[in-house]
Amino acid sequence: MVEYYLSLLVRAIFIENMALVYFLGMCTFIAISKKISTAAGLGIAVIVVLTITVPVNNLIFQYFLADGALAWAGLPDVDLSFLGFLSYIGVIAAIVQILEMFLDKYVPALYNALGVFLPLITVNCAILGAALFMVGRDYNFTESVVYGLGSGLGWAIAIVTLAGIREKMKYSDVPEGLRGLGMTFITVGLMSLGFMSFGGISL
Amino acid sequence: MALRDLLDRMEPAFHPGGKYEKFYALYEAIDTIFYTPGKVTASASHVRDAVDLKRIMTTVWLCAWIPMFAGMYYAGHNANLAMAELGIANAEGWRGFVVELLAGYDADSWWDCLIHGAVYFVPIYLVTFMVGGFWEVMFAIKRGHEVNEGFFVTSILFALTLPATIPLWQVAIGISFGVIIGKEIFGGTGKNFLNPALTGRAFLYFAYPAQLSGDAVWVAVDGYSGATALGVAAASGVEALAVTWWDAFYGNIQGSIGETSTLAILIGGAILLITRVASYRIVLGTFLGMFLTAGMFNLIGSETNPMFGMSWYWHLVLGGFAFGMMYMATDPVSASMTDKGKWAYGILIGVMCVLIRVVNPAFPEGMMLAILFANLFSPLIDHVVVRGNVKRRLARGG
Repeated sequence: MVEYYLSLLVRAIFIENMALVYFLGMCTFIAISKKISTAAGLGIAVIVVLTITVPVNNLIFQYFLADGALAWAGLPDVDLSFLGFLSYIGVIAAIVQILEMFLDKYVPALYNALGVFLPLITVNCAILGAALFMVGRDYNFTESVVYGLGSGLGWAIAIVTLAGIREKMKYSDVPEGLRGLGMTFITVGLMSLGFMSFGGISL
Repeated sequence: MALRDLLDRMEPAFHPGGKYEKFYALYEAIDTIFYTPGKVTASASHVRDAVDLKRIMTTVWLCAWIPMFAGMYYAGHNANLAMAELGIANAEGWRGFVVELLAGYDADSWWDCLIHGAVYFVPIYLVTFMVGGFWEVMFAIKRGHEVNEGFFVTSILFALTLPATIPLWQVAIGISFGVIIGKEIFGGTGKNFLNPALTGRAFLYFAYPAQLSGDAVWVAVDGYSGATALGVAAASGVEALAVTWWDAFYGNIQGSIGETSTLAILIGGAILLITRVASYRIVLGTFLGMFLTAGMFNLIGSETNPMFGMSWYWHLVLGGFAFGMMYMATDPVSASMTDKGKWAYGILIGVMCVLIRVVNPAFPEGMMLAILFANLFSPLIDHVVVRGNVKRRLARGG
């Protein structure tokens, strides 16, 4: 059993890396990867938010939205799965808000460290993507916890690595037309080439 | 010195305002091949050393000749054996013409084997050199930097990682990708973060898998099919190999041209290590990572996957491990810069290489991807090491 969850975790981190295999969460991935320290802060925020929102969305899907999920309320024929997108993004936004207030009140140190990244994460497509993958692959509750943690870790590793490369690239002499965003896109592409080493591993 | 005079006389034409101002990079490249650059650092604190970037790169380039000759010999040897087996009397086209002009098809004669291998390798290297050199010079002229000897190394390492039968137009595309995307758009040698030779090789590998992997590409004879030793080991275990360990060590196996002879690679690598061009930390780290990971998989064992049982000394001689460890991983630009970081970087390569070989059924060979993967992490490793140092010294200084 442990082995199964471990392989799910490894798969979520490396083989199905959110940023470098599915290219999700690109906007924040590229915008906030200039410095390793800020990238690490954002990475931690993403890990926290994913580990919470994916399981919560899993519960919402299981008990409200899935076909026949409302049987406990006496409505066995109702299928609310068309409300999926709306509910997941709503849940994510709400949870991020609550988390922000909670951290502000009880863990101010972490709150200050995360700063503006926390609210930003609401619109990070890796978060919504993870929720949708979770639904698509029929994960149960425990699996969704592991998957949320793993995909968050994978995304965080990717952004910190990119930040490391970009810090080194300060010394590069990039042609004018490619400076900034263009070069970052190429860098991400080359990183993705490196992550191909995991492609094809079936755990 | 007539040559010096000639160069000096030509020089003004290449200076700003001169007739060939645009081609200064070319002039500079030719001048510095023959003479030490006259430029000295104007401001304080600089290091004087006979070993500059040019000498370092040239050393690597020359050391790569050892596996190159061994590789050509064994490529020809295998081709001659295969021809005898299939009953083919002579090679096709101009290759057959050249081979017959200079030698024959006797698998026992080292000269015949060398020539037969050379008619495959030399065109590959020529195309690599000309196409890659074209881009190098073009960027140097357009962007105003020097033509750098780094390209000598990139070109030979790239050519050595290819199978003998690869179509030449693919060679051209691969080296173009490696030089432009892998290096030049970052500003040239020293400013890239991936090994350019491997970038080009990986691009080819994913773009044209039919010509770079499989069973038919390794022996330069039409219709002859033989898997690489690593491929055989992956499919049915080391016991199923037709070759002995010593065969694999000397290089008498199928594979990319440069990777076959571990002996030649180790000789070249030893020169690199003694001259301190290659970092022993990276080499040892890579070996250690491979050794430990292979040992771990040996202990775990598996009934379905024979690669679990492959021991470290087979990992060392099969496939591109030795070549990658000595020549690719030690590329000073894309590796970690700090001493501790080099260990970590090397270990990461060794671990990843065995990991890919053993658990990833999609790729029988893992060295190329392992090094590219470690290249991604090398800046981060350096960052962590530097941060750690800063912290420790702060704590010590109070």
